[in-house]
Amino acid sequence: MSGMAQGAAIIFDRLGKSFAKADGTPVMALADVSLEVPQGSITGIIGRSGAGKSTLLRMVNGLERPTEGRVEVAGRDVGAARGAGLRAIRRDVGMIFQHFNLLASRTVWSNVALPLEIAGTPAARIRPRVDQLIEQVGLSALRDRYPAELSGGQKQRVGIARALATSPKVLLSDEATSALDPETTQTVLELLGQINRDLGLTILLITHEMAVLRDIASHMAVIEGGRIVEAGPTYDVFARPAHQTTRSFLSGVTGATLPGFVAGRLHADPPGDQVIRVTFAGRHATDPMLARLATERGIAANILAGAIEEIGPRPFGNLLISVDAARGNEAREFLEQHGLLTEVLGHVR
Amino acid sequence: MSANLIPILWDATLQTLYMVAISALLGTLGGLPLGVFLATSQRGELLSAPWINKALGLVVNATRSVPFIILVVAIIPFTRAVVGTSIGTNAAIVPLTLAAIPFIARLVENAIREVDGGLIEAARAMGATPLQIIRKVLIPEAMPAIALGLTLAVVSLIGYSAMVGAVGGQGLGDLGIRYGYQRFMPEVMAAVVVILIVMVQLVQSLGEWIAARVDRRAPRNRGR
Repeated sequence: MSGMAQGAAIIFDRLGKSFAKADGTPVMALADVSLEVPQGSITGIIGRSGAGKSTLLRMVNGLERPTEGRVEVAGRDVGAARGAGLRAIRRDVGMIFQHFNLLASRTVWSNVALPLEIAGTPAARIRPRVDQLIEQVGLSALRDRYPAELSGGQKQRVGIARALATSPKVLLSDEATSALDPETTQTVLELLGQINRDLGLTILLITHEMAVLRDIASHMAVIEGGRIVEAGPTYDVFARPAHQTTRSFLSGVTGATLPGFVAGRLHADPPGDQVIRVTFAGRHATDPMLARLATERGIAANILAGAIEEIGPRPFGNLLISVDAARGNEAREFLEQHGLLTEVLGHVR
Repeated sequence: MSANLIPILWDATLQTLYMVAISALLGTLGGLPLGVFLATSQRGELLSAPWINKALGLVVNATRSVPFIILVVAIIPFTRAVVGTSIGTNAAIVPLTLAAIPFIARLVENAIREVDGGLIEAARAMGATPLQIIRKVLIPEAMPAIALGLTLAVVSLIGYSAMVGAVGGQGLGDLGIRYGYQRFMPEVMAAVVVILIVMVQLVQSLGEWIAARVDRRAPRNRGR
């Protein structure tokens, strides 16, 4: 999705943030976070609530200040900026929110015009720009409506148009689809993807839903307890999740959840059939590997769960199988030789 | 009621309207900025100035603690310094305004505090200055609540204005006391009460109508 990636739009460099609680004891929100958000990418940060993802996102436009380390946006040190300098950076960084944060007292048109008014743009230049933005997000028919008269998806489109008003270089998305139903989520994600492609705009988003990353993120990072525990191109992280937190997020979206009747009986050591997670990545995703395992090695695999889907343009499969424990290693060797990834989850009797 | 009482009632009504209108206007001019400042100057807020906030809060509370009739008498030297006299309708406007400012300030403060913090965050993210946030976000978004608060303040001022007879402020309340009570003319008292009830009803209805007009927080039937 980001073939144009070159250089970093945002750099987090050994970033730390601690708050003082009311009684003075420090609370660590972020620790030693280093991450580069590639120019033109859609980068997603996933974490549970309280993991620090929201704090991290707010560092980018200076709504939060780091207590250690640096944040750079387009070469500018955000943490060191103050006053007018900080406001100039903020005009280069658009932001959309989970609860949209539209002004109830302003129409669609007037909400989109607000950042331009704030930037001191002359009225004669605001008018054509706002018309164009509203057209771009498909809301021309609703320009004189108030937010209370719009659906969630329409409100988020207003939020997106507003965030783009000052032609920012970076768009921050704070759980922008978390308050939307699945269908609306898809249309909003498609709009974000389209903006990313058309404008070459770097998008940094935070979410607690792996499906959002699967659908639009070219790069991702997993945050846990204020630390980045895993980061890389989304496809690679999905294919080879290294950290337990990543796997637990993944289990929900890749069809790799153990069925209840298996999970309850799973134990670490033999006896029983070996349960193996097989990950198909790239061109192998569509190869009939289990059929070849049966015909070439005579090993019958029992399929427990699985799915094949796309991450970006590439197919990605995840399958849970069980095989005779005595032949488990042989089966895994065969699959690995043919470019698949395997992982033993345990045994079931 | 004898016909020659009608002009007296009419004059008293105009005097009440005059005192209430001017003190409401001056009270808003003073109370609105004070209320905005009180709402935004606590520690960590837009105009963070916790000590000034505390000091102003004390002054506001002190003024609001003084019973209005005491305030009227206590500030007579100040009133004389401001309008040149301590008796009459114009003199009455001084204590009315002084009572209105802290009252309106607290109402405005509450209205501003009710504005969703997410809107402030969104405006900050756009690069807005604190003053821009106040002008373009906080006050417009708080307008329905401010309109209702000002309605309440005007109704209270109508009540207060009845007490300024103590300094020769005239108006309906004063007329009711002097004719209705002291000269035993219950029909004047009744007329004064009826006029005050109608006045308060009109102010309340007008205030609610304005508040509803500026309130866009709920969908409205557009008749399309």
